[in-house]
Amino acid sequence: MSSIARAPQPAKASFVNDPKVRGIVYQIVLVAVIVGLVWMAASNAIENLRAAKIASGFGFLNSTSGFDVSQTLIPYSATSTYGAAFIVGLLNTLLVAAIGVVLATFLGFLIGIARLSSNWIVARVATAYVELIRNLPLLLQLLFWYIAVLRSLPEPRNSLGVGTSVFLNNRGLYIPRPVFAPDAWIVLAAFALGVVAAIGYAVRAHRRQAATGQQSPVISASIGFVVGLPLLAWAVLALVAANPISFDLPIKGTFNLRGGLQVFPELVALTLGLVIYTAAFIAEIVRAGILAVSKGQTEAAHALGIKPGHTLRLVVIPQAMRVIIPPLTSQYLNLTKNSSLAVVIGYPDLVQVFMGTVLNQTGQAIECVAMTMAVYLTISIATASFMNWYNARKALVER
Amino acid sequence: MAVQSLSGGSLSYVQARQSDPLPPPTLVRGPIAWARQNLFSSVPNTILTLVVLYLLYLLVPPLVRFLFIDAVWTGADRAACREDMAGRPVGACWAFVVDRIGYFTYGAYPVAERWRVDVWFAMLAFGLGWLLWLKAPRRDIGAAYFFIVFPIASFVLLTGWRAIGLEPVSTAFWGGILVTLLVSVVGIVFSLPFGILLALGRRSKLPLVRLACVIFIEVIRGVPLITVLIMANTMLPLFLPAGITVDRLLRPLVGVAIFASAYMAEVVRGGLQAVPKGQYEGAMSLGLGYWRMMGLIVLPQALRIVIPGIVNTFIGLFKDTSLVYVIGVFDLMKTIESARIDPQWAAPTVSNTGYAFAALFYFLCCFGMSRYSLMVERRLAAGQRR
Repeated sequence: MSSIARAPQPAKASFVNDPKVRGIVYQIVLVAVIVGLVWMAASNAIENLRAAKIASGFGFLNSTSGFDVSQTLIPYSATSTYGAAFIVGLLNTLLVAAIGVVLATFLGFLIGIARLSSNWIVARVATAYVELIRNLPLLLQLLFWYIAVLRSLPEPRNSLGVGTSVFLNNRGLYIPRPVFAPDAWIVLAAFALGVVAAIGYAVRAHRRQAATGQQSPVISASIGFVVGLPLLAWAVLALVAANPISFDLPIKGTFNLRGGLQVFPELVALTLGLVIYTAAFIAEIVRAGILAVSKGQTEAAHALGIKPGHTLRLVVIPQAMRVIIPPLTSQYLNLTKNSSLAVVIGYPDLVQVFMGTVLNQTGQAIECVAMTMAVYLTISIATASFMNWYNARKALVER
Repeated sequence: MAVQSLSGGSLSYVQARQSDPLPPPTLVRGPIAWARQNLFSSVPNTILTLVVLYLLYLLVPPLVRFLFIDAVWTGADRAACREDMAGRPVGACWAFVVDRIGYFTYGAYPVAERWRVDVWFAMLAFGLGWLLWLKAPRRDIGAAYFFIVFPIASFVLLTGWRAIGLEPVSTAFWGGILVTLLVSVVGIVFSLPFGILLALGRRSKLPLVRLACVIFIEVIRGVPLITVLIMANTMLPLFLPAGITVDRLLRPLVGVAIFASAYMAEVVRGGLQAVPKGQYEGAMSLGLGYWRMMGLIVLPQALRIVIPGIVNTFIGLFKDTSLVYVIGVFDLMKTIESARIDPQWAAPTVSNTGYAFAALFYFLCCFGMSRYSLMVERRLAAGQRR
């Protein structure tokens, strides 16, 4: 009865309804569930592994692998260790990713710009390409390139020749192999020097233009440095000593090709499939990026009397790049991850070698899966941090 | 007179004589004018047009000849599709697809029980239609049907239940389009609720919840689907108590569900971030708790924004289901791979025909979905259009 007489007190929230308390309880429950699941999984795994008599730990990396890999960038044989097999697979993945990224960027930009072309048929063909390629699974495309195209190429004796020194047959692509004489390093050093000189010249030209407004012939000078210096070194060496870099050309014999560098059909098919697939996505990114630059920018540039080529290079592309680069990086990442489809056509990439052969031979699923995933995760995180850095650098500075 | 006097004067810039009439304007309409404007407007454009036309000439006629003109439409075995036996150039061997269409659709599902798969296809189409048709009545019931009733009914229908007279069918016999669609549907049915939970967790104020969600999402998004599938295939049995065997088809389903959830979470997060802060604050000022604020105010708006994103994720998922091939599940690609090396149909063009069929199937599904997503996007943007 006395409560009626008293002034109404604000009702104190029940302990159960306090959001802070609830939050702590939720988190404790979540952690308990996760720990419980992990503990259960781990104890089951230990028991199952013991029952199946499978060792655990990373000791297997030092034991002999006993299998061969068709394509290796480092010396590797059946007597090498599982650790070496891991490196071989990793390098093969990085190889196809690197080639793929470069070619896909090139093709993607080409098609993205073609989609915006004023030429009706070019724009239509580019659109058709993008729509067709984006809507088909990569796996289907890889099988098509590998089985329907490369496997049905002629036998080596009937190799298709591109020019006189590049051959294509069902055992792969044969290209000239550079052979380096002992003093070939001078040419390579000249090339490196040329690159450094070109960069230095470009930086200086930029500063000069900023200070005085005078332009320097950056492009021709760069080409001169990068191409000219190695050529000069090569010519001097060829005159003074022997030819420093010669090419071992593939020669068509009666039954087989001799010499040259054989690129395995698996690598060709995988590169082809990845490049064509990723280029379709890159094309869309490029198109969206260019469309994102407002028309007023182009019109203003034209009004200032800037030529169309310069408008594209100095006004549109720098602004479009800000929109293009972040999704482009994630496409590079996708390409790297998609290279794991190599397993379908038997290209010895990381997944095929390590999650396939090594896992099957040793049965150490947890270690193999964890190591492979760690590699991809590292690449992802490295790319993501690069992207954040780039975004921070290129973001519009607004007041 | 006035003109005369002016011209005689010092005004040299004034024309003395009427200038000749301009030539009539060149064609501005009609096919020739169109071609001149769009194909041959300049020398580089003309060269480009000719190059592209030449490429099309190289590409399209052989393709048409292969797919239609030289194609074999009927036949019982390889004899129909071999040049030496048929006595004419042979393109696509559609007879092979016609002969094996049952296998491509149902896998090795027993012929007598295939009506169940047909019923399942119909139920799936009904549910998808209900959800995707934006003007359909009571789409909330549709969602309940698709995410609760349909999965249970599918399980009973496809695996069988003796008590109601459905013979059990082992998943080892499932295959083809059935499995491709099943994996995609499981992906979407599980990824949407889990994705929403993960997205909410990632934006939660509770640090441990946020951390757990971020780690899960970023790890799964950072690795290829194949590694997730192989992990599900080899490690799932390890993590369960001895004696429990996991169905061979269930393993990739778990992998796909996990994988799709992480991607869906990021799509939903985009939608959550796009809902203005005032909506959250308005909900809180009405005294709604967290779940009611999310369920009644924020999520309905956020999900509507991300419908195109969800459909795009689903297109990616649909294409990626072909990867279950790698761990030996008989999806459409795997059935084609195993049928094309069948000696009964050993003919040179059979492989390409199989790939063409798969391409047609995937293209129609994915292209249709992407058109749908564009349509929704345009409708959603209608409010913002000026």
